[in-house]
Amino acid sequence: MRKLTGTSMTESSQETERDLIMTARNVDVFYGSKQAIKNVDLDIPKGSITALIGPSGCGKSTFLRCLNRMNDRIDICKVSGDIRYAGQDIYAPKVDPVALRARIGMVFQKPNPFPKSIFDNVAYGPKIHGLSSSKSEMADRVETALKQAGLFDEVSDRLDEPGTSLSGGQQQRLCIARAIAVEPDVILMDEPCSALDPIATAVVEELMESMRDDYTIAIVTHSMQQAARISQKTAFFHLGELIEYGDTGQIFTNPKETRTQSYISGRIG
Amino acid sequence: MNTDHIVSSFDADLNRIESLVLEMGGLVEQQLLTCTKALKLGDRSLAKDVIRNDAKINALEAEVNQMSIELLALRQPMASDLRTVVMTLKIANHLERVGDYIKNMARRTNTITKADAFIGSVSTLTRMSAKVQVMINDALDAYNRRDPEAAEAVRGDDEDVDQMHNGLFRELLTYMMEDTRNISGCMHLLFIAKNIERMGDHAAEIAGETVYLVTGEWPTDKRVKGDRTSRMIFTPEELGEAE
Repeated sequence: MRKLTGTSMTESSQETERDLIMTARNVDVFYGSKQAIKNVDLDIPKGSITALIGPSGCGKSTFLRCLNRMNDRIDICKVSGDIRYAGQDIYAPKVDPVALRARIGMVFQKPNPFPKSIFDNVAYGPKIHGLSSSKSEMADRVETALKQAGLFDEVSDRLDEPGTSLSGGQQQRLCIARAIAVEPDVILMDEPCSALDPIATAVVEELMESMRDDYTIAIVTHSMQQAARISQKTAFFHLGELIEYGDTGQIFTNPKETRTQSYISGRIG
Repeated sequence: MNTDHIVSSFDADLNRIESLVLEMGGLVEQQLLTCTKALKLGDRSLAKDVIRNDAKINALEAEVNQMSIELLALRQPMASDLRTVVMTLKIANHLERVGDYIKNMARRTNTITKADAFIGSVSTLTRMSAKVQVMINDALDAYNRRDPEAAEAVRGDDEDVDQMHNGLFRELLTYMMEDTRNISGCMHLLFIAKNIERMGDHAAEIAGETVYLVTGEWPTDKRVKGDRTSRMIFTPEELGEAE
């Protein structure tokens, strides 16, 4: 596992928590005076898909964005608590957020390819992080990422065309390829399928399942069926609190908390 | 918890399926009562009514199946709603099976009455049947009221039925040994007893499924399986089945 800082930070020795790639403890998030996340503790197990569900405004996306410091870019947003990736405090002063985001990538709701060619979209990350020393190495890296994202066969003959020329589902898979080209450990997905039709959604879900061997995924989704289909762990947020976290099978057949039961069975919005 | 769904037609669909199952239960109880009366009185006309009426139970089950499958496909129920739909489907299936046992009991009643065959142990059969009828009623009542404790009580009741069945097996065996002319009637009565015993098992299953529906957990204690008639002549040791 690569370090988050260029120089001095040492590798963590917390071997006991090896199966938990990320841990969050006592996380509070404020937007100005409004508290968006209240004292959340959550673990992300390695090699699994963790789904964050809950009604709009419950804090699930805010929480997800804390996991790779995307909230740093919002001035009024204040994050406190302890969030660790591979045992390292990601909010420690020495941590470089750009290096962190190479380890913990993100895919957004709306596919957002760069206004560049398909090839350059995927090559962009490795280039800025200096991960390839030659053109042929870069070509291999781009091909591998596109293959892992299940897109290579569809675009191999037009890598020079703009990323924006692809269909919505292909663009989203291009964004996934872009995220995995820098070989992250964790990929955060914020409603990655909400702009896609059911077939493109199924392709992305199948892709996520196949990515589990190499990556850990945390996904925010409004579709409870999607959470049930793809995740192993589900966390239910409501009004900024983590109400319940457990195995997905248990959450959707026998939730322990009344509010979880009410939400997933369509009794509260 | 808010008990009503945001989409109110969801509640209407669930209620409709549940009321169909309760209607099935009412019919099944009525059938068992009538069939037992037919056996007791040797009334073939009543027995034939029972045979005819089984089709109503089957039709209701088909309706429950259809509605449940549609609800699963269109509403994609979760958590307690999912448990409700799946358990209700299973309960409807149990009731349909019980209906079949009653129909079989009616056919045998018709046969032995027409053949003027030996009929004994009727009072024990009547008691068994009455007990099973109460079990079915209590199980469905527990289902309707979502009462896991009442359901647990029904599961316990099954042992009484099993004991009556075991006793009856001995009784009928004795009649057959006494006089071979009794064999034909006794064989039919034995099957009737077995049918009633199986109905008790189904009632206990309905109760167990009710416990799961309400709590999300299957009952952990194993129900005592009380049919020991296969071991009445030889002990488990002699049969080499001892655990």
